[in-house]
Amino acid sequence: MHSHGAGGGGAESLFFIPAVAALVAYWAGAVSPRSGRWPWYRTAFFTLGVAAVLVTVLNPLAQLAHEDFAVLSLSHLLAGMLSPLLLVLSRPFTLALRTLDVFPARRLSRLLRSRFARFLSFPVTAAVLNTGGMILMFRTGLLPAMQESMPVHWLVTFHLLAAGYLFTAAIIGRDPSPHRAGYRLRAVVLVLSIAAHNILAKTIYADPPPGLSAAAAEQGALVMYYGGGILELVLIVLLCRQWYSSARPRGRVTPTIRSG
Amino acid sequence: MSTPHRTRRSPRLRNLVSGLLFGIGLAAFVDEVVFHQLLQWHHFYDRSTTSVGLFSDGLFHAFGWFAVVAGLFLFADLRRWHETLLQRWTGGVLLGAGVFQLYDGTVQHKLLGLHQIRYEVDLLAYDTVWNVVAVLLILAGAWLTYRTRAAVPRESTASADA
Repeated sequence: MHSHGAGGGGAESLFFIPAVAALVAYWAGAVSPRSGRWPWYRTAFFTLGVAAVLVTVLNPLAQLAHEDFAVLSLSHLLAGMLSPLLLVLSRPFTLALRTLDVFPARRLSRLLRSRFARFLSFPVTAAVLNTGGMILMFRTGLLPAMQESMPVHWLVTFHLLAAGYLFTAAIIGRDPSPHRAGYRLRAVVLVLSIAAHNILAKTIYADPPPGLSAAAAEQGALVMYYGGGILELVLIVLLCRQWYSSARPRGRVTPTIRSG
Repeated sequence: MSTPHRTRRSPRLRNLVSGLLFGIGLAAFVDEVVFHQLLQWHHFYDRSTTSVGLFSDGLFHAFGWFAVVAGLFLFADLRRWHETLLQRWTGGVLLGAGVFQLYDGTVQHKLLGLHQIRYEVDLLAYDTVWNVVAVLLILAGAWLTYRTRAAVPRESTASADA
């Protein structure tokens, strides 16, 4: 409990390296002439997305999350839902494909088209990785292990971010994806994932995970249920809005052009 | 020549589906905001719920939020195609809200014992009012739906030969 000194001067500061590297790469792309008037709000989304996950592994939040399950829940919302949402909305792959040199861009596009990427970005796979990770975290010895050991906490945070990104991208992503699933499948997977999140939150409330007091479990479950609910509502609106703009009546305005 | 889109669209079905979704979502929203948050009659968890009950409640809560948003986007879509049939849509809303409330009042409250309308009071009056209101909503919705079974959007008839 007392192994983490205040001030965040320990190993945690190493996380600035990947965070700064990602920011520099993105900003360099965004300001380069090839990006073609890249909207400023996407750069802001990316920056906030990196910041949202970074604060969860730095003090004071890391230390507070260690002591208080409600804060841990909050930091999971930041790392597993808010940060992935912001990163997906910042469309990093679109930016990379637009600004990279031809060869790395081709390599990236081949990677995005690969069978492995197709498997990972299939909504059902992404949802299983996302929800499965949560269930493991609360229903196995992982939660006490996270509280004992900071590296386990970091690994779990990385999984939350990666699985959250995959899931969000599979549901509402706008980056080039040669095999995007249809709206119906995405809607069903989204509703089932939200349901799983709700059910898990209520079971945490009803039946505290190992090593937690009832009061702590209740507070954390409420944060998970209502805080997660807000972000899930955003996902629902974004998915429906995508459908709404994809179904706009182009045909009726110029009916003769469509037949060509 | 008519576009492929137009031949596939069915305004009568779409108005009904949009209304149904919005009605289900509205009932779920009222349940959450009025009964859970404002009145605090419903509990987050009442310590007697079965796992089937938690599963069912979680699923319906998730679907309720999705339904209210999707229903409104479908309604916006009907508006921009000039296909709104307001009476039929309203019928769908009443039907959706009524069916949700009846399901909640019979299956979730009574069969699964998931939660009750209120705690520490005699439930009979509450249950009766809850389910009678649900049946009235369903009847009104069914009547409006039946009445508009042959309705055609006004704009659509004007451009039917397009």
